[in-house]
Amino acid sequence: MSDVTSRDAKQKWVYTNTVKDHFFHPRNFMEDEETYQASGVGMVGSPACGDMMKIWIKVDPATERITDMKWQTFGCASAIASTSMMSVIVTENGGMTIEDARKLRPQDIMERLGGLPVRKVHCSVLGDKALRSAINDYLRKVNQDARVEVEHGRLVDKVVKVTDHDIEEAVLDGAWTLEAVQRKTKVGTGDPSCIPEVEQLIRFYQEKHFGKEDGK
Amino acid sequence: MKKRIYLDHAATTPVDPAVIRAMRPFFSEQFANPSSLHAAGSEAQRAVAQARRTIADLLHAHEEEIVFCSGGTESDNLAIQGTIRAHREHGNHVITSTIEHPAVLETLERLARRGEIELTKIPVSEDGLVPAERVAQAITERTVLVSIMMANNEIGTVQPIADIGRAILAYRKDHPGIYPVFHTDACQAAGTLDLDVMKLHTDLLTCNGTKIYGPKGIGLLFVRRGLKIEPMMIGGGQERGLRSGTEDVPGIIGFAKAFELAQKRKEKENVRLVALRDRLIEGLLRIPKSRLNGHATERLPNNANISFLDIEGEAAVLYLDAKGICCSTGSACASTSLDPSHVILALGMSYEAAHGSLRFSLGHATMKEDVDTVIKVMPKIVERLRHMSPVNLDMKYFKKG
Repeated sequence: MSDVTSRDAKQKWVYTNTVKDHFFHPRNFMEDEETYQASGVGMVGSPACGDMMKIWIKVDPATERITDMKWQTFGCASAIASTSMMSVIVTENGGMTIEDARKLRPQDIMERLGGLPVRKVHCSVLGDKALRSAINDYLRKVNQDARVEVEHGRLVDKVVKVTDHDIEEAVLDGAWTLEAVQRKTKVGTGDPSCIPEVEQLIRFYQEKHFGKEDGK
Repeated sequence: MKKRIYLDHAATTPVDPAVIRAMRPFFSEQFANPSSLHAAGSEAQRAVAQARRTIADLLHAHEEEIVFCSGGTESDNLAIQGTIRAHREHGNHVITSTIEHPAVLETLERLARRGEIELTKIPVSEDGLVPAERVAQAITERTVLVSIMMANNEIGTVQPIADIGRAILAYRKDHPGIYPVFHTDACQAAGTLDLDVMKLHTDLLTCNGTKIYGPKGIGLLFVRRGLKIEPMMIGGGQERGLRSGTEDVPGIIGFAKAFELAQKRKEKENVRLVALRDRLIEGLLRIPKSRLNGHATERLPNNANISFLDIEGEAAVLYLDAKGICCSTGSACASTSLDPSHVILALGMSYEAAHGSLRFSLGHATMKEDVDTVIKVMPKIVERLRHMSPVNLDMKYFKKG
């Protein structure tokens, strides 16, 4: 509510036409979960954080190309449009190989969307994670566990070089507020634009490792 | 072009044509500074005095109790910071509620963080009510200020301000003195409720133009006679020294006109709005996994706030916007904090459910057909967003887990 919670209304509705198109006409979203024969499934986020994504992929075992991808997303316009665009990128031109798909970064998706408002960048970072999780799921199913890649750290603050793993570690260490995480990692002091994402990550890891805070 | 259905009157209202007509002469014709000695200045001064009288009468206040300023936020800040600064020798304890507007809550929390005050936030009931007895119980000998909003901007719950006022009077009877000072933010209430400060027993009252079909950028603080507050804006000593700066003459004239019209129309208009509001609420609650936020009856005539599980508010607002319907959400994605609305959370709802709250606020222009359009399109939007969503929460998420 602009009169209540949004203190920077200037960035309210500055989505590109591509974002709007994918938001209002999402591509490849999962219509019928029951009958879909997925090679791998991945899910990240939680409804408490405000974003949650689930991704299904079909992989051709001979070429290791992702021939089809379906998704479901709970989240705002940026989250929905990002997942939709990711499904297009991953499956176009005969499909990406799983090795290439693993390298997909949030920036690649944002670029194809023509950019996202700074405040909304955090909404797009879950898609590629869900995709990597689905790829790992596929590799486990085909007994190639050795190729499973544990999530490597992703730079959150490029200036002071803090990754999401650093934040996870800080949360595990009991830093549950932005200030506490900053004391441990200095995150956001180099690049303050990452702070909203950091706050989201704190809540996410807190819930992942400690359950829901005071019963909320 | 499709007709736009504006259901965001709690954010701001259009300016009434009669208000614009009243303001117009004061831009380029009677433009003089009310402080000037010449005849033109006196004319402006008389117009401001007349507007002040109009508003004072409507509040059952005295003219010298009205301090014009730039809006609701400034008025809240002046009430809070002005009182705390002027009454330090008495104490530094302040009582408020968990669902105040940020102009009150953020101001108080900042002062508390700096160690300048001790803050007690009274939790609200499940339907958003601040119980008067809880306020009374929280008062100590060091309490200088109680600030409770008259009606909530998000969920529309109307607080028992007169009861709280009487509880404070009772405390003062046992503890002779002026403490605690009682402030209410009545910005959301001014368009539809009775604002008689004699009946409400408030010492300070905030309201503004932008929510009552008046201009933006104008507000007032009612300051009861004899109550000392420190000014925040220092300068030429306008508004009895409490708010320096050349008066916004057209703003003041427009504000008074809007206030007058709102109070005159409210009886008839409220009946119409309540019927439309209840029609909308009833229609939207037919959608599965939905619930009304705020009190069923103790609520503003124009506010409907509904939560839908498994969908995210911003996405719903944008789908409604594509259908020409304007409303608001308490979703985190619409805010800078990434936290969903503090008001919805204060009702005891889970984070999961708080992300899916929508506020529809009705106004003069709202017709039955508009309400019916929303009732018609909303189920499809909710269904579509749920279809896209991997989340399928149980109804228990409407409560804290």
